[in-house]
Amino acid sequence: MSKRASGVLWGIAGIVAALGLWEGYKWLGPDDGVMIGDLIVLPRTTDIAMPHTWDVVARLFEPVTRAEGADVLWWAVLQAAAFSLGIAALGWLIGVTFGLALALLMQRWITAESAVLPWVVLSQTVPLIAIAPLVKRWGSEITIGSFQWENWMSVAVIASYLAFFPVAVSALRGLKSPEAADVDLFTAYSASWWTTLLKLRLPSSVPYLMPSLRLAAANAVVGTVVAEVSIGLGGGIGRMIIEFAATASGDPAKTYAPILGAVLIGLVSAGLVALIGVGLRRYMRGEVPA
Amino acid sequence: MSEARIAVHVDKVDKIFTSRKAGEVHALSDVSLDVAAGEFVSLIGPSGCGKSTLMRLVADLDSITSGEITVFGKTPEQARKDQDYGIAFQQAGLLPWRSVRANIELPLEIHGWEARDKKERSDELLELIGLADFADHRPDQLSGGMKQRVAIARSLAERPRLLLMDEPFGALDEITREHMQNELVALCQETGAAVIFVTHSIPEAVFLSDRVVVMSPRPGRITEIIDVKLGERGEDLREAAAFYDGVTAVRTALHGETPAGARGVENR
Repeated sequence: MSKRASGVLWGIAGIVAALGLWEGYKWLGPDDGVMIGDLIVLPRTTDIAMPHTWDVVARLFEPVTRAEGADVLWWAVLQAAAFSLGIAALGWLIGVTFGLALALLMQRWITAESAVLPWVVLSQTVPLIAIAPLVKRWGSEITIGSFQWENWMSVAVIASYLAFFPVAVSALRGLKSPEAADVDLFTAYSASWWTTLLKLRLPSSVPYLMPSLRLAAANAVVGTVVAEVSIGLGGGIGRMIIEFAATASGDPAKTYAPILGAVLIGLVSAGLVALIGVGLRRYMRGEVPA
Repeated sequence: MSEARIAVHVDKVDKIFTSRKAGEVHALSDVSLDVAAGEFVSLIGPSGCGKSTLMRLVADLDSITSGEITVFGKTPEQARKDQDYGIAFQQAGLLPWRSVRANIELPLEIHGWEARDKKERSDELLELIGLADFADHRPDQLSGGMKQRVAIARSLAERPRLLLMDEPFGALDEITREHMQNELVALCQETGAAVIFVTHSIPEAVFLSDRVVVMSPRPGRITEIIDVKLGERGEDLREAAAFYDGVTAVRTALHGETPAGARGVENR
C-alpha cells in the first residue's frame, strides 16, 4: 500500500474512532452523566446534551428556521464559514507581513531586538476580549475621505494580532540560523545586507517559517471567530455559534453545525498554507518545530 | 622582494579579543610574515595559537588591534571589496537549496556576472574538480570529499591571486584527504595563486607548502618559519626521505618550543 493511501486510511480511521467514541459513550453512559459524589465528571447523554451524530448530519439538510424561504442549514453555515475565512485570511496576511517586518527589524539592529522582543511577547498576554472593544473604538475614529472603518476590519486586525506572534518569533530565529561560516562567506564576497538576506537568510529561515505560518493560520481563525463574537459582527461563524447555542434546548443538533463550519475553516486554511509549503519545498531541510 | 611580488604583507600584528566572559584574550602577538605571489604557505600549530585568526585578519573577517596588514599592497578591507582572494573553510558550507553548479556560481552571481559567463566559468570549474556529471545534484547527495571539492571550486571561481584556506580537509578521512592534497597541488600549479593554508596536520603542511609557519599559543605567535624545498609534488614524495626530513623539522619546531602545548597537533 502506498504511503499516501495508508495516510488517508488512517485519517478516516481517526474520524470513525471519534464518532464511535461519541456514540459509544452516549449508548453506554448514564443519562445524568457520570457522577462522583455531586460532581458530574462526564456529560449527560440525553439527546439534548449529546445529539446523535447522524442527527447532526441530517440537520444540515433541513432549513435553518421554520420561516418561509429559509436557507438550508449547510448552505447558511458554508456562507458564514466563507465570510469568516475571508476575514481570517486577511488577518493572516496582515499578521504575517507585520511579523516578518518585525523579525527583519530585529535581525538588522540588535538594539531593536532587545527593545521590541519583550513587547512582542507581552502583547500575547493581553486577552483578546480586552482589546476587541478598543480596536473597534479606535477604528470608529478613523475616517479618511470616503473611507469608513468597518467592524469586519476590526476583526481582521484582531486576527492579525494573534497571527503575527509566531511568525515574528520563528522568522527571527530563522533569519539568525545561518552558521557563522556562511555569514563569513558572504562577508568575504562583500555582499550587501540585502543580498545576504535574499540569498542566505531568507532561504535558511524557510524551515522555521513553515510551522509558524501554519500556527498563524490557526491563530487567525481562532482570532476571527472570537473577535466576531466580542465585537458583535454578524454574518460569520462566531456569531452563528452564539445564535444557534440559544436554541440548543429545542434544536440540539443545530448547535453543532457552525462548529463543523469552524472545523472546515481550519482545514481549508491549513490546506492553503500547505500549498505554500509545496512551493518552498526546495528550501525545506527538515522542519524545525516552532 | 619587490612590492608587486608580495601577495600578503603582515607587519608586527597584534590581535586582542575582548569579551565580557573571558576578558582580554591575546590571540596574536607581534606577528610578521610575507607571502610571495604564487607561494604556498601553511600555518600550523596547536589549538589557540591564532592560526585561524591570522587568516581571518588577512581576509578582513576580523580587524587587527595594532600593526599592519596589506594584501597586494591594499588594506585587507579594500582587497576584500576588490575580491582579491578566494576563501574556503573547514566545513564546505554549501547552501543546501542550491545545486552544485549554483553553489559554484554563488560569488559570480553576487558580483553580477552575465548568465553566459557564469555558465562558462562553472563548466570550467566543474571540469577542473571532476564533478561535471554532478552539476545538478544537491549538496546532500555528495560525499564529504566531493562537497569540499565544490567549496574549493567556489573559492577559485573568480580566479583570485590569493587563496585563504582554513583547515579545508580537516573533516575528511585520511584517504580522501591525501587525494584532495594532490588535487590542490595540481590546482595551485595551474592557477598560480598564492595560498595561506591553515592546518594542524604536519604531513599535510609539509607536503603542500613552500614554507611552513609554526605557531604557538598564549599569546599566539610565530616561533619558526621552515623552508620546505621539496620540488615536484607527487605521490612518490610522500615516501621520500626529504619529505620525512621536513616532517621532522616541523615536529621539532612544534615540540621543541612548547612541548605541552603541541599536544593538539596531529602527527599523522
